[in-house]
Amino acid sequence: MTERLIELRDIRKSYGNVYALGGVSLHVDKGEVVGLLGDNGAGKSTLIKILAGAVRPTDGEILIRDKTVNGWNAARSREAGIETVFQDRALAVQQSIVRNIFMGNEQGNWLGFLDLKHEVAEASRLMREIGFTSKVFTPNSIVGQLSGGERQGVAIARAIYKQADLIILDEPTTALSLTETAKVFHFVRQVRASGRSILFIGHNIHHVYDIADRFVVLDRGKVALQVSRDKVGSAEDLIHFMELVAHPETNAKPAPNTSPKHKKGAA
Amino acid sequence: MQQLSPDTTSKATETWSHPHDNPLRSFMLTNRAALGSLAVFLAMLMIFTIANPAVFTSWTLYASVLTTLPVAIFLTVPLVFIVTVGEIDLSFPATMGCAAWAFALVVQAGYEPMLGFAAALLTGAILGAFVGALVVYANLSSLIATLGMNFVLRGLILIFTEGKSISLASLTDNWVLKVFSSEIYGVPAQIYWAIAFTIFSMFLYTRHRFGVHIHIVGDNPDSASQMGINVNRVRVGAFVFVGIGAAFAGVFSTMINFTWWPTSGDGYLLPVLASVFVGGTPTWGGIGTALGGAIGALTVSFIQTGIVGAGLSGFYVQFFNGLIIILSLLGHRWNQIRYR
Repeated sequence: MTERLIELRDIRKSYGNVYALGGVSLHVDKGEVVGLLGDNGAGKSTLIKILAGAVRPTDGEILIRDKTVNGWNAARSREAGIETVFQDRALAVQQSIVRNIFMGNEQGNWLGFLDLKHEVAEASRLMREIGFTSKVFTPNSIVGQLSGGERQGVAIARAIYKQADLIILDEPTTALSLTETAKVFHFVRQVRASGRSILFIGHNIHHVYDIADRFVVLDRGKVALQVSRDKVGSAEDLIHFMELVAHPETNAKPAPNTSPKHKKGAA
Repeated sequence: MQQLSPDTTSKATETWSHPHDNPLRSFMLTNRAALGSLAVFLAMLMIFTIANPAVFTSWTLYASVLTTLPVAIFLTVPLVFIVTVGEIDLSFPATMGCAAWAFALVVQAGYEPMLGFAAALLTGAILGAFVGALVVYANLSSLIATLGMNFVLRGLILIFTEGKSISLASLTDNWVLKVFSSEIYGVPAQIYWAIAFTIFSMFLYTRHRFGVHIHIVGDNPDSASQMGINVNRVRVGAFVFVGIGAAFAGVFSTMINFTWWPTSGDGYLLPVLASVFVGGTPTWGGIGTALGGAIGALTVSFIQTGIVGAGLSGFYVQFFNGLIIILSLLGHRWNQIRYR
């Protein structure tokens, strides 16, 4: 049986009277890519912020490797091995790949001087681990020379360096071309192959469908669907379901926490 | 179902061949800006030498430049750090004056000059920290706030000294002077210290956590703080380093004349500022070159001596000063790409 990495139980978050999340339960297993879908305002961003520890849930339970964690915050999140790669990727584009991978974590000797050789070796090892290799750049190349997908690779390599077990990718393929998206998918598959997990958040259902092992659809702060990939026939099924969720007047909105047995939400 | 294009990345071999593998090309690439400013200097020197071969092949001209150049280097190189971090410090001339004043007061009181040197460095560091904290924590524009601090500090010097200088005749037979301000193998001693300072700064700039953070904060402060870098502390650190550099400059300039003047440092504001940019550090922050800064200081210090040495009248100095600044900026513009 697969190892459960993180589990959220009935997470709620309200800002005053407004519910951002109204009882979300989901889990991520080891070595799994979970695709998180949802319209604007569905609660994706709030969920990411809660996972990163930047926002405290109003109510609910967070379990790391089947153990409840009390006092969830950014430090706990980091201890649990959760790293978020935000949309803007937080890269310093005039600096080298090495400098970006070690940003804020530069390992110096007792005087604070850095071992550049060691850093380059470590960076190229990390880059190889996620399949981020090329003939045209080295760890010393400037990030500004890289394409959008490759920059995503730098951010993922940095997350791996921080010993991440779960990497949250916040819309990593938005505004990327097909080739660039393929590069990001390649990194994601390599990360999964190394036994780490990924929470892949996206607007583009086709992208999420292609890469995720399991899908979670959020709608207005609740989980509208949780289904593993082999239960979904095609991306069109997923899109169809999303449309049904988005237009509840069609009277097809399923109850929250639909069991994974549902082939489609439109049951 | 959507068919993805094949993974081009997976075919990539694990052996890299890249310009960085060739040590010479790698050196050229990473020091492109510094080499550019060196080219500017050599071109200028060549023109001068053609204009007046007799003067520019004799050592005396260079010896005189090498005595005053170190002061400019101690000011310019730390300024590269502050421009890289995305700020500017115009208060360094007054900081230099204050630090040299501390040195002069300690020596005048009859204490060991080395103690005065330490007092000057401490004064420089504290003033740098104060100016930096003012800019960073009060969130002021560094251009305006440091200009204001320059006037405030200079004003305080003038108020307290009533414009009187301090003569330090006791320095003449002290060992400190022999170490820092004599001739060693026929070369002014100051230049050895300036070179050592430049080399130290180069390591600090590219191979030390402090310098690396300076680059990252100047490049993208939001990313830096997201990754756990204390952005404000790095910025204040850059101001402290400028203060320390100004203190060195103050002490060295005082030791040249055995006299501290209340106006000490005043003439350095614009030439030093120009040196940073002639040296190849761009204005936008995130990148720069410490070695280039030192070469820029050499170029700017040499213009004045050079023009007079070439046989032109002093009236040409300002014109050529400006011309060389503009030409080297044009050169760097073509040489450097800004990534966003």
